[in-house]
Amino acid sequence: MVTTISETNTRQLGATSSDYTLGELMVAIAAREIQEAEVVFVGMRLPLIAFVVAKRTHAPNAVGLFENGVIRSTAAPELIYTMADPPNIRGATQCLDMLGVMSLLQSGRVHLGFLGAAEVDRLGNLNSTEVRGPKGRTRLPGSGGACDIASLAQRFVVLLEHSRERLPERVSYLTSPGYGDGQGWRQRMGLPRGGPAAVITTKAVLRFADDGEAYLSSVHPGIELDEVLSNTGWKLRIAEHVSQTSEPSAAELKAIRDYDKDGFWTK
Amino acid sequence: MSKLLSMPGAISDFVPDGASVALGLQMEQMIPFAAGHEIIRQKKRGLTLIGPISDILFDQIIAAGCAEQVIAAWVGNVMMGSAYNFRRAVEQDELKIFNMTNFTVTLALQAGAMGVPFLPTRTALGSDVPKGNHFFYQIFSPFTPKEPLWAVRALNPEVTIVHVQRSDAEGNAHCWGNFGVLLEGVRAAKRVIVVAEEIVEPEVIASDPNRTVIPGFMVSAVVHCRYGAHPSPVQGYHNRDNAFFRQYHQQTKTKADSDAWLERWIYSVPDRRAYMNQLGACRVEELAVKQHAYAAQTDYGC
Repeated sequence: MVTTISETNTRQLGATSSDYTLGELMVAIAAREIQEAEVVFVGMRLPLIAFVVAKRTHAPNAVGLFENGVIRSTAAPELIYTMADPPNIRGATQCLDMLGVMSLLQSGRVHLGFLGAAEVDRLGNLNSTEVRGPKGRTRLPGSGGACDIASLAQRFVVLLEHSRERLPERVSYLTSPGYGDGQGWRQRMGLPRGGPAAVITTKAVLRFADDGEAYLSSVHPGIELDEVLSNTGWKLRIAEHVSQTSEPSAAELKAIRDYDKDGFWTK
Repeated sequence: MSKLLSMPGAISDFVPDGASVALGLQMEQMIPFAAGHEIIRQKKRGLTLIGPISDILFDQIIAAGCAEQVIAAWVGNVMMGSAYNFRRAVEQDELKIFNMTNFTVTLALQAGAMGVPFLPTRTALGSDVPKGNHFFYQIFSPFTPKEPLWAVRALNPEVTIVHVQRSDAEGNAHCWGNFGVLLEGVRAAKRVIVVAEEIVEPEVIASDPNRTVIPGFMVSAVVHCRYGAHPSPVQGYHNRDNAFFRQYHQQTKTKADSDAWLERWIYSVPDRRAYMNQLGACRVEELAVKQHAYAAQTDYGC
């Protein structure tokens, strides 16, 4: 379990010809991070639907791993709210235990993991444990499997709301390791591989340079560049050619809406 | 030898004040809510709660003032986010919390299950989770290359409580679905309470030994409690009561609201039957399995 983005995905994006929600856009972006036949640590909420979309579009042979011990080579047949919902067990490839799936993760067999967080910093470190602010401390649910996925997957992708509070220069508590204090840090700590590949926010997509620092890669349709920069807690580097995030395709939208029929996760 | 006990009997015999109790080991499935509610009704004090994630059961036990410490990777309401009583208790320093990760809770229990003092891992290197946390100690592999690792300290709960689909009277139990850390949590525990949807003859268990997750010799008490895991799901028996989790989130935002919730759903209902009556036949019917999906037959013949 990981902390994920809060209930902010309700805004309709009207700047484009086809209407879709911000949640749907973020799911489509996340789905494109999954490559064909990859083994993916799925996680809950939006990434859960991203896995379904990837399976139905460009990555039919992707395999999903869930922390509770479930391994699926097909998407769950109906919408689930937690990874242990009965439809996620029915028709699974294997139902075993956490030690089994975490061993696959530690031994390097997992290509990609999805995470949420309360805070993500300039070097891709995540906090989902505790936030200290002017109003004192706020206790969050904790790591769940997030630290394990960030430590051990070949790469990971984070989804969260884009605001100065959520994107500070440095996390106040480092729950899940990104690139630590920069280049070479993961190796020095003894982490065997990995690190963040992308941060998908409600305004943009950030990626990471070789030195471990995040840069702006694409801006979502209808969002101004300044809005991204002024809502980031540090001076965000910008890619030489910042693109506009590709809108969800008709096939992606259909896969999302067939699955999340009432829009519990994406509306 | 039958170990069948009533829920009040099992909790009063095997969960003393100050005990460390592992529960909710199958993640979001088969959480032993009925056992947790009995712990609350018996006003246990000074408990240490152990589990990877607990969904909302830990929050309820914390709200009732039964817990002094929590050893967990995640405490909240899985589909809704935060659990308010846990938040309040930690923010007001009323609860000692050992932050773990899902993998390191697993390793701590597995070390306890194996009878070794620790197990090594590469997870959480560079993380703040191990800081000031006596479950972690930095070591270096004794073999070449001498890589840094965390030693994760063994954890042996005084009692582990699990909910399963079926058990015989001795505690030989079948479970199917996802296990989470059920197997490690049972093997690491000094005592085990098995709560089962159904009590069956030993021959039923012996007919499919690969489905046996708990051998009866490790079990102290067996409790028959249909719907004892509600609102969490039990594969093949009933689905998840998502509305109940949503309502809990809405109805426990303040201390006063939480107290009212505990009064309504725990203190004022003497047992699970009364709790289910309060839930209502319509709701129970809605949670029923709509489409059975039986496994292929398995031939153990020789």
